[in-house]
Amino acid sequence: MILDIRKLTRTHGQGEQAVHALRGVDLAVAPGELVAVMGPSGSGKSTLLTCAGGLDQPTAGEVLVDGNDLTTLGRNAVAALRRRRIGYVFQDFNLIPALTAAENVALPLELDGTRSRAAYKHAVTALQEVGIEELADRFPDDMSGGQRQRVAIARAIVGERRLLLADEPTGALDSDTGEAVLRLLRDRCDQHGIGGVLVTHDARHAAWADRVVYLRDGVLVGQAGPLPDADALLQESR
Amino acid sequence: MLALLQDEPKYGYQLRGEFEAATGATWPLNIGQVYTTLTRLERDGLVRAASSEGDGRSMYEITDAGRTELANWFQTPVARESRPRDELAIKLALALAVPGVDVSAVVQRQRMSTMQSLQELTRQKRNSAEGEISWQLVIESMIFGAEAEIRWLDHCEAMLLRHRGKPRPAPQTYDVPADQEARS
Ligand SMILES: Nc1ncnc2c1ncn2[C@@H]1O[C@H](COP(=O)(O)OP(=O)(O)O)[C@@H](O)[C@H]1O
Ligand SMILES: [Mg+2]
Repeated sequence: MILDIRKLTRTHGQGEQAVHALRGVDLAVAPGELVAVMGPSGSGKSTLLTCAGGLDQPTAGEVLVDGNDLTTLGRNAVAALRRRRIGYVFQDFNLIPALTAAENVALPLELDGTRSRAAYKHAVTALQEVGIEELADRFPDDMSGGQRQRVAIARAIVGERRLLLADEPTGALDSDTGEAVLRLLRDRCDQHGIGGVLVTHDARHAAWADRVVYLRDGVLVGQAGPLPDADALLQESR
Repeated sequence: MLALLQDEPKYGYQLRGEFEAATGATWPLNIGQVYTTLTRLERDGLVRAASSEGDGRSMYEITDAGRTELANWFQTPVARESRPRDELAIKLALALAVPGVDVSAVVQRQRMSTMQSLQELTRQKRNSAEGEISWQLVIESMIFGAEAEIRWLDHCEAMLLRHRGKPRPAPQTYDVPADQEARS
């Protein structure tokens, strides 16, 4: 499993005011698998993703990324894992306006100690893979929403990322552009063995996933698609 | 019919009135259809004629087998293919109208079932070749249908939440229609 979340609980605040954002959620994502998370707003989708990405600390439970439990690793180790293994895509792209597309994509590698020239090369490769290498030297402000989201995805897959987390990546895009982004995420998982978790409120986009899970009030209440790991279950039972 | 019979035995004309009340008279039934259905249900052992009041008209009551059948029906999501009329809308309307059905569970099961169809359609779309434009149009029409159904389910759920806690309207009573009385 690329991602193995067990009994994840996240409570904000205490006592009377406590908000139970997640209550004992289990979710496992295999290499090459894309899982969509749906649910009403406030149901805990973003919290699930930030915990999976090491951006938020669970109150209880385990979050294993590539076998490493984020809840027991030190802060520096989590930060390093995040830079090397986890890619995050947000609705509002979060690109740095003063940097070109390639520089934005190269940034996580450079922060992780890769030399500039090498980082730039990796960045161009990633931009190639999302189909916009010709925009490498352009600034975010001079791009369309769909192009900016492709840059953000390139940044999330650059280097040797194993886990791609996307929180409403199509929220700010029109329907066709959104669909193209889904096609891209889907291909990434299929062809590179990356595990992906996609939060979306759009059923049409969720349907690109292998599995769709439904959150309500911090609990998983439904699942569509093939059962998780049907093959493994069969093997275990032998 | 079974759903409407679950709380007490009823006459055919009552069933017709309650069905139309529950589904907003969107799918009018004639009394002949009601009796044909009751006869078929009786043959299958799902209902039986209860005491008639000596006036020739029979009251029908649900059997244990009928209750099992009913529970199964509420638990089974409606497949997107092969839907007679709009069985799904009827199912939700009845789930609301009769007591003791966990409506949000019915909605949730349906949502995941429809989602599964939508995934399958999306897979077919992904695998369709560039030039197959007519086929793509057809798939796209089914995708829009499934998507709309999921949005409608979200909408139903939101309405249910808003209405939770409000008292149910008092059960409607039905006067025997004049033509029925005349016939009996
Ligand atoms: N930092 C925080 N402090 C307090 N409550 C929070 C915080 N972040 C999220 N929540 C609450 O946790 C719940 C889940 O939020 P979130 O994960 O953002 O839901 P979603 O992404 O499904 O809309 C909500 O009730 C939200 O108000
Ligand atoms: Mg959110």
